[in-house]
Amino acid sequence: MKIVTCLKDVPGRDTRYQIGSGQNWINESDVTWEINECDEYALEEALKLKESLGGEVTLLTLGPQRSEKAMRKGLAMGADRGVHVVDTASRVLSPYPVAKALAAALEKEEFDLILAGTQSDDFSYAQTGVVLADLLGLPHATIVMEVAVDSDAKTVRVLREMESGWFQWVRLPLPAVLTIQAGISKVRYPSLKGIMQARRKEIRQINLEELGLDWEHMPSLEILSLAFPETDSKVEILEGPPETAVDALVDKLRREAKVL
Amino acid sequence: MSETIYVVIDHTNGEIRNASWETLVLGQRMAAQSGFELHALILGDDPGPVAEQVGRKQLDSVIAVADPKLRSYEPDSHCAALSQVLAEDAPHILLMAHIYQNIDLAPKLAAAIGTGLLTDCIDYRWEGGGFTFVRQVFRNKIDAEIRIRSRHPWLVTVQSGAFNSDDLEDGSAPPASRVVDLASVQVRRESLETIEGMKGGVDLTKADIIVGVGRGIKKEENLQLIHDLAEALGAEIGASRPVVDNGWLERERQIGSSGQNVQPKLYVACGISGAIQHIVGMKGAQCIVAINSDPNAPIFNIANYGIVGDLLEIAPVLTRKIRELKS
Ligand SMILES: Cc1cc2nc3c(=O)[nH]c(=O)nc-3n(C[C@H](O)[C@H](O)[C@H](O)COP(=O)(O)OP(=O)(O)OC[C@H]3O[C@@H](n4cnc5c(N)ncnc54)[C@H](O)[C@@H]3O)c2cc1C
Ligand SMILES: Nc1ncnc2c1ncn2[C@@H]1O[C@H](COP(=O)(O)O)[C@@H](O)[C@H]1O
Repeated sequence: MKIVTCLKDVPGRDTRYQIGSGQNWINESDVTWEINECDEYALEEALKLKESLGGEVTLLTLGPQRSEKAMRKGLAMGADRGVHVVDTASRVLSPYPVAKALAAALEKEEFDLILAGTQSDDFSYAQTGVVLADLLGLPHATIVMEVAVDSDAKTVRVLREMESGWFQWVRLPLPAVLTIQAGISKVRYPSLKGIMQARRKEIRQINLEELGLDWEHMPSLEILSLAFPETDSKVEILEGPPETAVDALVDKLRREAKVL
Repeated sequence: MSETIYVVIDHTNGEIRNASWETLVLGQRMAAQSGFELHALILGDDPGPVAEQVGRKQLDSVIAVADPKLRSYEPDSHCAALSQVLAEDAPHILLMAHIYQNIDLAPKLAAAIGTGLLTDCIDYRWEGGGFTFVRQVFRNKIDAEIRIRSRHPWLVTVQSGAFNSDDLEDGSAPPASRVVDLASVQVRRESLETIEGMKGGVDLTKADIIVGVGRGIKKEENLQLIHDLAEALGAEIGASRPVVDNGWLERERQIGSSGQNVQPKLYVACGISGAIQHIVGMKGAQCIVAINSDPNAPIFNIANYGIVGDLLEIAPVLTRKIRELKS
């Protein structure tokens, strides 16, 4: 079973965002980058499938040189190799061009299954995996909680999450693209040995600018401006040390909100 | 030729999804402001009854697309049907609710017709004869104004709760229909069984007070603080998804789009950031209290009262004060 898993790095969970001077991107100088949460789960799923069925796990990333760090972590977790589409021009990319570039990078790869995350934690577009599937002419399933490859290895059964606590099993022919939901298993930590081995694993680099994509004519999303939400928020922050703040809160809940 | 806005109205077993009504509200506003026409699209094996309900709203027409293959959702047929209608009618924009079905469908449709898709939109702007859209980025902490750069129809999905279905304008819209040819569509995804994953003894929808606990609790051992607080308040415990995924609480305590939808009198959000998928499940609470160490956590945008600080320090104080009050 040859599995490709998409891996993207995003600003870490604790990032205190600052909007950059151009007003249409964040100031990246203080950002630490992490593997996108559901991509870690996608990788975990890929590694488990490889353990039970044999095969190979290839990481696929589009990002600047910086993203190699996230890929090395993925290799340390157990992926076999990586394909890095290097964004030398630091473009702020939207789903369609990303999917187009990923599809182009896959032309020389063999695979039975592609896993992506359900959504990225920076843009949360929830698009890229499905667009990639369609560009490759492959079937897909989204918000996937469980993956079971059928014994003939020609089809896969997956459990999709639906709203309000419902789930649905569906069957797809392989190759297929699945977008994996966060939290569906326990993600492994890289072992020391894994970290050592990861340094020597191959990452095939492809320059994004050399893929010959027609940037002018691809559908894209242009970020005009970023702003912290104007809160018409009515929130009353109760200040002071815990004792004071909590006293004030209890008082408000009793006298103002009348819920205690 | 007048430009048109299309809105897909989704339904399950003849019942219209509330998120689709909300999307129609956005459509009505965009149409009123731009002077564009507004049409609804309803897919199904028998879309008539749903079309009739939609026809009582203010629109220019309600278009039914009937085909046996559209009986239940599966991406290949739905994508083919919509592609055919869009190719024929060439609207300016197609709006859909950002529900899971459309998370599955809209990107495929966008790729198939080669136009731009903006997902999870919360607002729009009409300036100089063109639309731009607002959506949240960076874990709901920043709003981005975005322009779609592509041919039309642009596809836009709309966040649940961004618009209020009470704001729908009534009217009377003539029925219309389109014929699609799905004979050659190869359906690759086979639906097997559908299961309910949240059966259990707890019914949070009836609770007056809920203490919601999120990843900010950090460790399972710390949950005792939440149990104590809930006991003092006479509250049920609810949770964000990661807490449930960790196995620290039962699945039926998950609140949000894939969990319960609750409307207690009081919701105390402890160490919950306020992701949209959580908020849709609890924003109907009469009073929301947020305890979070990050002053920029989006949960504060919908809270009535907030304390910025360490939950592990604040929860025990709150428990003690509530107990004092009650004794
Ligand atoms: C398709 C889909 C469906 C989903 N469905 C749901 C759903 O039904 N329900 C749901 O909840 N989520 C759902 N999610 C996940 C959702 O997007 C968020 O990831 C999740 O709600 C985050 O949970 P959290 O707020 O507990 O964690 P985080 O976002 O990690 O937030 C933790 C918060 O705790 C604060 N904190 C940390 N330490 C402390 C401390 N010591 N004291 C006080 N505060 C502290 C932090 O500042 C932070 O704000 C879904 C996601 C997807 C993609
Ligand atoms: N630049 C990228 N490189 C590799 N994978 C990506 C990239 N962007 C998005 N993806 C994949 O697509 C998923 C959904 O991203 P998005 O459409 O931005 O929400 C992510 O979880 C990744 O698995």
